[in-house]
Amino acid sequence: MAKNLSALIAGIIFGIGMAVSGMTNTARVRSFLDIFGAWDPALAFVMGAGLIVTSIGYRLAFRRAAPLFADVFSLPTRTDIDARLLLGAAIFGIGWGLVGYCPGPALAGLTYGYAQTLAFVPAMIAGLLLAHRLKPIR
Amino acid sequence: MHPFVLATIGGALVGLSAVLMMTLNGRIAGVSGILSGTLTQPQGDRLWRLLFVIGIVIGGALPVWLDAGFRAPLPAASVGLAVIGGLVVGFGTGLGSGCTSGHGICGISRLSKRSIFATVIFMASGIATVTLMRLLSA
Repeated sequence: MAKNLSALIAGIIFGIGMAVSGMTNTARVRSFLDIFGAWDPALAFVMGAGLIVTSIGYRLAFRRAAPLFADVFSLPTRTDIDARLLLGAAIFGIGWGLVGYCPGPALAGLTYGYAQTLAFVPAMIAGLLLAHRLKPIR
Repeated sequence: MHPFVLATIGGALVGLSAVLMMTLNGRIAGVSGILSGTLTQPQGDRLWRLLFVIGIVIGGALPVWLDAGFRAPLPAASVGLAVIGGLVVGFGTGLGSGCTSGHGICGISRLSKRSIFATVIFMASGIATVTLMRLLSA
């Protein structure tokens, strides 16, 4: 119960952050990526602030032996740089540049009533499932 | 408010969400991984994921509900391009085990080598895509 409620609240805070920051604005995201053109640096502040808060907050979190509502910290254990990681990241960047949506902002913008967003999200889920089928279970 | 200020506030909220997920549930707040897990993880490990995703949708709607100025404008991409972009983003983040939140915020905050590599590559690939599209449409 506590685990589910905290996930819902963390999701809501995440979504508010997406809408307030400008990440749901695909034109602004694409301008942020257009560093050789009419570059709009605003979204660098999203990453900067996110990294500062998370870096400090994680350090405090990891001082505890375990999370509050779970037995262990579930952290990725892999450290190798493999082809899937690099290829996947490169492919993701292409889609991000094409439309201006990465996964979080696309979900956060779902209620804005745009056909593009309503089309993007199910297609993204299909893409995730396709990649999952290709990937051996860890 | 200035876009830089809003971006900073939004980024800090994303960071707060990530810290809450780790401190309370011991989980990485990576949207692509959590979204994918709502359909691919064992039954008992799905509800918190679904609630996090629903939370993002609600959270994205809240600022707009309070102030219509937060409603991002219509994406410039056609619906067809949005479908292609969604597939590519889903497939890429699935293959590369993460997106802007999981690698870009959570992973870099843990100083994960894999996440640093992934973030550099999807940023570069996004920049290349936007630049190419601008040159081709000129």
